[in-house]
Amino acid sequence: MTTVRPSPAYALPAFAFFGIFAALPMVLVVYLSLTAWDGLGTPAFLGLENWSRLLTDAAARESLGRTAVFIVLTWAVQTPVALLMGAWSAGRQRNRAILSALFFIPLLLSTAAIALLWQVLLDPNFGLPQSVTALQSIGFLGDPEIALYTVVFVVSWQYIPFHALLYQGAARNIPVVLYDAALIDGASRWGRFWFVTLPQLRYTVVTSSILMMVGSLTTFDTVLILTNGGPGTATRIAPLYMYDTGFAGFQMGYASTIAVLLLVLGTALSLITMKVTRFRSMQSQQEGQ
Amino acid sequence: MTAVQIRPTVRQAPPVHPRRRARPNLVAGVGAALWLVVVIVPLYYLLSGSLRNRGEYLTGDSLSLPENPTLDNYATVLEGGFGTYLLNNVIVTVGTVALVIALAVPCAYAVARSTSAVVRYGFTLLLMGLAIPAQATIIPVYLLITRLHLYDSLTAIILPTAAFALPVATLVLVNSLRDVPRELYEAQELDGASPLQTLRHLVLPLAKPAVMTVLIYTALTAWNGFLFPLVLTQSTDTRVLTLGLWEFQGQFGANVPGLLAAVTLSVLPIFVVYLIGRRFLLTGLTAGFGK
Repeated sequence: MTTVRPSPAYALPAFAFFGIFAALPMVLVVYLSLTAWDGLGTPAFLGLENWSRLLTDAAARESLGRTAVFIVLTWAVQTPVALLMGAWSAGRQRNRAILSALFFIPLLLSTAAIALLWQVLLDPNFGLPQSVTALQSIGFLGDPEIALYTVVFVVSWQYIPFHALLYQGAARNIPVVLYDAALIDGASRWGRFWFVTLPQLRYTVVTSSILMMVGSLTTFDTVLILTNGGPGTATRIAPLYMYDTGFAGFQMGYASTIAVLLLVLGTALSLITMKVTRFRSMQSQQEGQ
Repeated sequence: MTAVQIRPTVRQAPPVHPRRRARPNLVAGVGAALWLVVVIVPLYYLLSGSLRNRGEYLTGDSLSLPENPTLDNYATVLEGGFGTYLLNNVIVTVGTVALVIALAVPCAYAVARSTSAVVRYGFTLLLMGLAIPAQATIIPVYLLITRLHLYDSLTAIILPTAAFALPVATLVLVNSLRDVPRELYEAQELDGASPLQTLRHLVLPLAKPAVMTVLIYTALTAWNGFLFPLVLTQSTDTRVLTLGLWEFQGQFGANVPGLLAAVTLSVLPIFVVYLIGRRFLLTGLTAGFGK
């Protein structure tokens, strides 16, 4: 009997659509990085001029430095909290189920909602500092020395639940026999976490870390709303510099150059992380679940 | 998808053993209590602030309960154009979801069942899309949309939002369809069913949970989307909620209770979904990454 299989035509509309609105822009951004374009007329070919400008642009260098700090800090804050919360919420106890339902609420809020909420909340006159004396002397959004840390905190508040959810799913797939064996060996609670849970979650740590790092490298909506890069340029991370250059400064060509740099850095970061951790594929842990 | 990590297939295993009565985990309890404060205080402030009148906001204690709770802020917000933004959000969300489902379901069926090389390469391309950060493509997407004369329309938001949701959607559906036993497809074929009939009578019913996941994931992405509306629209007629919130803060900077009411309104629909179908929503959120 000849098997009746769906013709490729079933898949082609999806491929074509994705090709036009997601894959083509990836190619176009490289071309645009070689042009001068104000966003209105036709992009004019320029060659490598944008790239040589990027090499000598102090503002770009500073924004990349801030981005590096931002990536490291958001990773260092989010990973331990998300890991512990995920392992904790994987337990089937009733109180944990109820509390996790509350813990995951930030996932429902849009970036705009979260950034605006924290902006109001951290207002020195009418927000939390007004009620909590200890916070009054801290310029969360106004002090250039502190503002970047505030952004790290707000971004972590927003994304920790997402990563905790990843860890929760993975922790629930850990075979219970491993815990039984550890109990027989007399492992303490900490021992079971350290020698069973953590090693079993290693692929999830890699996935989560890559998502965090690439996210911190490229996302700018929170910081755009929360501080708009300020005070001064204290929180102007690289993707915000790209957005400002393109959509406020109308230098779309140069902004594309920064975008390409971010794409390259993001890919490199993912590949290096996978290489270092000998992690082969994002899909690998979805098998055999 | 070369390296397949094989794990023993064990049914949902609770890490805490039911037979053994564990002594209370103090460290975890303290940690959970701390995090509860970190999550609850902002949410309490959001809700209580939205119920204060402006005078009380300016003079009262920011953490006390509102003295004279009022819904005036909600009324002000809804009268001030927020209804349009809400409607725009609904249109964008429904449009994006419809487009993604219409494209991803047949595509996933072909990926799961076809042996064609075109389909295989196309799917690989699609999977690479999982790694593309949308932020890095906003400039070419803007170019594309202006060239298509779609700038400042709701369609302009729907198209790229759907395109970037497509990889996860297809992946989730393919994973679910690959679990369908081959015999079921063969039985359909023995009955002389065409691929289209198989899609309708076999694939769609079996993939229902996966379709639900995709639906919720896509709807949430579209509902909360900020980036594409930001760079692809500008007039009040096409403004969606997230941009509306931001504009609101710029326009009525001093009316914080109004802003908080607007934020609450924007979250409300998702919160209702969360109350009804928490499991689907949480699965949908992490769709495509892990588990």
